Amino acid sequence: MADVRRSMRAYRAVLASRARSQASYRASFRMDLVGALLVGIIEFTEIWVLYTASDQIGGFTLAQIMLVFGLADLAFSLADLVFGHCDNLPLYVRKGTLDVFFLRPQPVLAQLVTSDLSLRRIGRCLVGATALTVGLVVNDIDWGVGTIGLLVLSLACGFVIFAAQFVMAAGLQFFLINGAEMTNAFVYGGRYAATQPATVWPRALLVLFGGIFPVAFAAYLPVSTLLGVPSVAGLPVWLGWCAPVAALWAVCVAWLCWRWGLRHYRGAGG
Amino acid sequence: MRSLPPPARNPYWRFLVAGIRGQSAYPLATLAGLVANATFGLLKGGIMGAAVESSGGELAGYSAATMAAFVWLGQGMLGSVNFWGGSDLQARIKSGDVAVDFLRPVSVQAANVLTDVGKGLFALLPRGLPSVVIGVLVSSMVLPADPAAYALGLISLLLGITVSHATVYVVATTGFWLVETRGVSVLYMALSGFFAGLYTPIYLFPDWLLTLALLTPFPSMMQFPIDVLSGQVTGAAAGQHLGVQVVWLAVVLGVGHLMTRAGRRRLEVQGG
Repeated sequence: MADVRRSMRAYRAVLASRARSQASYRASFRMDLVGALLVGIIEFTEIWVLYTASDQIGGFTLAQIMLVFGLADLAFSLADLVFGHCDNLPLYVRKGTLDVFFLRPQPVLAQLVTSDLSLRRIGRCLVGATALTVGLVVNDIDWGVGTIGLLVLSLACGFVIFAAQFVMAAGLQFFLINGAEMTNAFVYGGRYAATQPATVWPRALLVLFGGIFPVAFAAYLPVSTLLGVPSVAGLPVWLGWCAPVAALWAVCVAWLCWRWGLRHYRGAGG
Repeated sequence: MRSLPPPARNPYWRFLVAGIRGQSAYPLATLAGLVANATFGLLKGGIMGAAVESSGGELAGYSAATMAAFVWLGQGMLGSVNFWGGSDLQARIKSGDVAVDFLRPVSVQAANVLTDVGKGLFALLPRGLPSVVIGVLVSSMVLPADPAAYALGLISLLLGITVSHATVYVVATTGFWLVETRGVSVLYMALSGFFAGLYTPIYLFPDWLLTLALLTPFPSMMQFPIDVLSGQVTGAAAGQHLGVQVVWLAVVLGVGHLMTRAGRRRLEVQGG
């Protein structure tokens, strides 16, 4: 137990120093925060443009899609805040700096995650949180223990699902190196997919983002359950409650990918 | 006076070719880009198609077929234009390496813009064309039957790619004053794609937002080339698109030139 506490302290010290180092360049940090906020606002504006140009898309109105967008964006931003740094893995592999991680008596993934902390990503969380709050106010929601439970559950599972995508992508990077962009298809593609009603997807996308990379469980399916909107043909309304199953699946796949990638890694030499 | 050896005689042509060759060295990167492109294309095509359908088959002048063409031509252009705002020059200004570039007997602006345009042109083959082929296979998109659309479309496409890289060059030159230009790049990234029609056609915007978009060089980078290439805009209107693109190209190249001149005097290389 003392061991765990000691190693936690080490991570905490590293993270605190990263946070301090970013906040100390005030002008740059402020511009970064504003930029991250603006990216989030623009992303919402796209949805606003689309849903005001046509009254409803895939059975969802603007008010309803705000819930989906808010929930998905908040979960993704939180996962990005903690795990987004995994994106830099190809750079570490190419430079050979990853080898250092293997020398320390801590899990490589834990070191990778804590090796940097992008505080500017907090700006993104604000957009998702705002959209979610507005969505909860403007929609006619039957408040109760079940509703709150479903919201908390789907936010937690959404976080786990997106975090798993980041780790899965990192594991695959050991094989891809120059093809790093490939994993964007399900990490950032997954974020984009999670903000859409799955009713508009062709079958291939349903399999991809409802099954293999289960981002449909992060926001769309729970919101369908919450609002009682019929989801994809033939699927039961209570499917939104199954987010933990999807999260568990995503974690298993991510864990396998990461283990597999790590075993494949032979070092950069030198 | 002795004439220069052949390669140096036309260095700018060689910058363009170097850009093309540099990009062709990473086939896996190209394949990866295509996979990501296609996935985003499917997602975008799904939601945009549904939007057209729920508006009764016609939305801001787009039918299901022309909307699909918009989506997939746009996906095809993604590898050729720059919507993220970063560039090699940005890093070279920050590190001070740009001082060496200024010593060379070539224009820093022309060298950088041409190298990036070369990369963009190459990307049309392994990323652009396959994206359009995927689009034809998976969607109802139609390509124009009129050869004039292709001829004008290719000119518009070339102009769009050049406007994009010439604008990113301007973004990079702000580094002469700011050193750290991440913030400017992020601003560019947020605004450029949105106003260029990367996510939705700009004609879906409410009037005030559309007017705002048309006052920027961004529609010239993607929306206009797609309009012309897809045959959505023809004849005099297509000529007008090309004219606007030429004007914006002149503006951003001019601004880039002035920024380079002013920045060169401003440049301070740290360390020694």
